[in-house]
Amino acid sequence: MTPIHSPLPGTFYRSAAPGQPPLKADGDAVAIGDVIGLIEVMKSFHEVKSEVAGENIRFLVDNEDPVMAGAALAELG
Amino acid sequence: MLKKLLIANRGEIAVRVIRAAQDLGIATVAVYSAADADALHVQLADEAVLIGPPAAKKSYLNIEALLAAALSTGCDSIHPGYGFLAENAAFSDAVTAAGLVFVGPSGDAIRLMGDKVSARTAAADAGVPVVPGSKGRVESIEAARAVLEETGFPVMIKAAAGGGGRGIRIAHSLIEFEQGFAQAQAEALAAFGDGGLYMEKVIARARHIEVQVLADGQNAIHCYERECSLQRRRQKVWEEAPSRALSPALREELCASAVALARAVSYSGAGTVEYLYDDAADRFYFIEMNTRIQVEHPVTEAITGIDLVAEMLRIAGGEPLWLVQGDVTVKGHAIEVRINAEDPARDFAPFPGTVGALRIPGGPGVRFDSMLYNGYQVPPFYDSLLAKLIVHAETREAALARLTRALKELEIGDLVTTRALFLALAADPDVRAGDVHTRWLEGWLVENAAALAS
Repeated sequence: MTPIHSPLPGTFYRSAAPGQPPLKADGDAVAIGDVIGLIEVMKSFHEVKSEVAGENIRFLVDNEDPVMAGAALAELG
Repeated sequence: MLKKLLIANRGEIAVRVIRAAQDLGIATVAVYSAADADALHVQLADEAVLIGPPAAKKSYLNIEALLAAALSTGCDSIHPGYGFLAENAAFSDAVTAAGLVFVGPSGDAIRLMGDKVSARTAAADAGVPVVPGSKGRVESIEAARAVLEETGFPVMIKAAAGGGGRGIRIAHSLIEFEQGFAQAQAEALAAFGDGGLYMEKVIARARHIEVQVLADGQNAIHCYERECSLQRRRQKVWEEAPSRALSPALREELCASAVALARAVSYSGAGTVEYLYDDAADRFYFIEMNTRIQVEHPVTEAITGIDLVAEMLRIAGGEPLWLVQGDVTVKGHAIEVRINAEDPARDFAPFPGTVGALRIPGGPGVRFDSMLYNGYQVPPFYDSLLAKLIVHAETREAALARLTRALKELEIGDLVTTRALFLALAADPDVRAGDVHTRWLEGWLVENAAALAS
């Protein structure tokens, strides 16, 4: 299992905007540079880009959950 | 007089309100999210209640949780601070319906001033100059053409339901206008569910000047003006009082117009009437009224000696305004800068972290409003304002020197803040000359990006 870590502390979002589908669904494949979610830090939004590639992403953090920097957001199988 | 106050906020403004209440002998109840258990406002209040998880939507914006906290601790009143629910009419109504005092205006007053069209109409009716434009919503292209005779070009087409810079379109000619009008109607309907439009003349170069008012529902007074022309993305970063741009006669006219508006809407509490001031034309125009205490209120407190938050609490407690206009006099010059957890060298990227060796500036004429303490972990969930540094001196020149001195005294350890930006601005010839306007800072930031990055 390869984890994808949060580069920043803040609030994790699975979609690019409210009401939109998640950027990645559980089970999707991920390429290097794919945006897997957003982190909101002090009212500004930052894309979380995967630095690894893999199959079958599994999210470990729910939409709108608070996260610390370095927290594992998802795992690639 | 109020007996027990719940402060429905966090950060420096919660600390500020707790201090004012305690000075008046009012018991205080702080509220906090799970991310703020160690926050200074929680430490300073007489009691504190956990109201939810870190997300503001589930804590500081949760009306039910706030009311439950106030009722379970026996509070008789709630101060909303600024931001969060401070200008939420439904919150003001809900507090009142729960039998508590809302420290601020009624829900109806918030609604009247919160809608851009009704606020503009109320201002015009009170004789306050408004930016030339439509009286209210413009229903047809024919009606719009009549308005154009007054505004000329360029002209702004704004969505009545827009805000924060959204739903604005600028037309430079009749052809652009006629094409833009129909599009703007369709866009406003799609974006806001309301196709209503209004029109305003574009004031190309202006200063932001605002007037502080205090009112008790019957009487209203002003506490003179603040100038907040240094802005980035429509956010103020540096505020001063008084404005050096105004002549004494125009200052009196401007301040009297703010009082007239407050009286006309039977305003109660502290409020701010905001204007654009066009230097070239020597004219001012109403933009909006903020129905809350503002971030930059301390510069007014510095030059007038009035504790605005204490006045809010007295008024909310049912006391008539005890100050008369003649009591309010201006002494010296004050400047406030906003110390944000943002890195000016990297396009103001947010920088949450832990406060290291904190050294707070002091000495004569220096005030530091903040929620910082040694070892405090700045949570990433809320806005980036860490502290407000306010300096006061006999003259503007002396205030600028004091600002530089105080900024050099300030240390926050490894946290990156906007401190370096203000040291650079305080030394800038245009800032020193007061030769700025609302779009000056964005140009300056582009020109000085390299210097800020080094």
